[in-house]
Amino acid sequence: MSTTVEVAAATEHHGGWLAQLLALARRSFVGRLRQPALLAPPFVFPLFFAALGSASFSRATSLPGFPEVDSFLDFAFAGAVLQGVMFGSVQGAADLALDIEQGFYDRLIASPVSRASIVLGRLGGAAGIGVLQVLVFAAILVPFGVQIKSGPFGFLVLVLAGALVSTAFGSLLMSMAIRTGSSEAVQGSFPLVFISLFLSSAFFPRQTMSGWFKRVADINPISHLVEGLRGLVIEEFSWRWAAQATLVPIGLAILGIAAALSANRKRAAA
Amino acid sequence: MTAITEPGTANVVRSIEVISSLFTRSLRAIKRLPSAFVPSLIMPIFLTVSFSGAYSAITRIPTFPTTNALAWFVPQAALQGAAFGGMGIAFGALRDLDTGFFDRLLMSPAPRRALLLGPLASGTIRAVVPVVLVVIVGLLGGMTVPGGITAILALLIAAIGIALTAGLFGLGLAYRLRSMAAGALMQFAIFVSLFLSEAQMPARLIEGWLKPIAEHNPSTHIQRLARAGFLGDVTWSVIWPAAISIAALLLVGFAFARRGLQRIIR
Repeated sequence: MSTTVEVAAATEHHGGWLAQLLALARRSFVGRLRQPALLAPPFVFPLFFAALGSASFSRATSLPGFPEVDSFLDFAFAGAVLQGVMFGSVQGAADLALDIEQGFYDRLIASPVSRASIVLGRLGGAAGIGVLQVLVFAAILVPFGVQIKSGPFGFLVLVLAGALVSTAFGSLLMSMAIRTGSSEAVQGSFPLVFISLFLSSAFFPRQTMSGWFKRVADINPISHLVEGLRGLVIEEFSWRWAAQATLVPIGLAILGIAAALSANRKRAAA
Repeated sequence: MTAITEPGTANVVRSIEVISSLFTRSLRAIKRLPSAFVPSLIMPIFLTVSFSGAYSAITRIPTFPTTNALAWFVPQAALQGAAFGGMGIAFGALRDLDTGFFDRLLMSPAPRRALLLGPLASGTIRAVVPVVLVVIVGLLGGMTVPGGITAILALLIAAIGIALTAGLFGLGLAYRLRSMAAGALMQFAIFVSLFLSEAQMPARLIEGWLKPIAEHNPSTHIQRLARAGFLGDVTWSVIWPAAISIAALLLVGFAFARRGLQRIIR
């Protein structure tokens, strides 16, 4: 209720959709951090898998076709970031569905708040969580030996990519949240996210795969996205990796935001 | 003498009847609430496909025990499925606690031990179904089974051991926490304990912090039994450490669940 008042106040004082968007983004960001139990999938699991992989697969780095890395942890960093951000996106979309279930969404629709800012505010919060995830993962894994070879500029691109990936998958899942209005349905998409992540080169290089699995990984956009992120970690800065790490999520975000806004218009009109 | 024996016999008969009824009820729950059981079937198939596809190259690491990735990952995925199937018992208990059915059971003259053993017995079926399914998927994918039928038997024993252990620890948590939060905690604990082992790589090829944990984790011995027939022969050197591990886990798990049940009764 206080947020509805806050958003209404933002409308009254500043009058602009930007103020509403910022108030809703702040609510979304803070709301996520206030649920410690929900922080496990996007923060703890990827770090656990990265630690597990670095111990289990350390000898795999000498396999033919494996990229040149100092350690498996260097290789695993990008996959962990992507996994964390994608899992976080599911939570963000589920929160939006929960707003619909609990009637907060209807209160926003009844108030003089811009329709688009309801979706974009949520996405702003998701992007903030994406940035936080990259920073937290780097803060934890760098002391364990991860080296961001592309330097400070490359790291900034990684942080930006965290925000973009979160926006991209967040918007795709939010369109589902708005259409179904069910947090259970959104949580049900978790296996789908997990599968799409595994059927890519997020956890092992495509060069070492074979058969149908490799063909699927080749056409999976997540492979190209994670390889861009990984290139920024294990190689010197290159515009190719920077472009790959940002353009793939921008493309997905355009599709996702269009779908989410369209779903939002339909629900608001219903 | 007869006066002493008869009530004892009657008690045993009643226990068997209650165990049998709760066993049937737990199995019926699979049919009535498939959404709670289906993930334990889908997840191991997904793990089989994704792990054997993504990590297939690890079989090319020198001294890796097989060149067939499915032979390495199918038994592991089957154990995961069995563990999650076993946890289904605890989810059932949570539902019963939530709906008040468990209170009705406590008010009945049913022997307390039977309340634990009844649902637990269904853990065997909950373990066998995902194992059979994953093995079929593995065979269709080209998995080799040098140990033949002995391999399948060893896998089933390992899977039932893991499922019952997961069920007992899950029941213990469910009785203590009495909320669905216990479900998330159970899944996390099972997932972590199964992965902090040689789930992905033989212990001798693991490096760093994980190596000592994997070597001393009882689930490593159970996984070795599960995999033995898929990598070669099921030998005594694999059987006895697994048997001790399963027995120890079941004893500790039973004590944990029983104490949890006693708390509720008190």
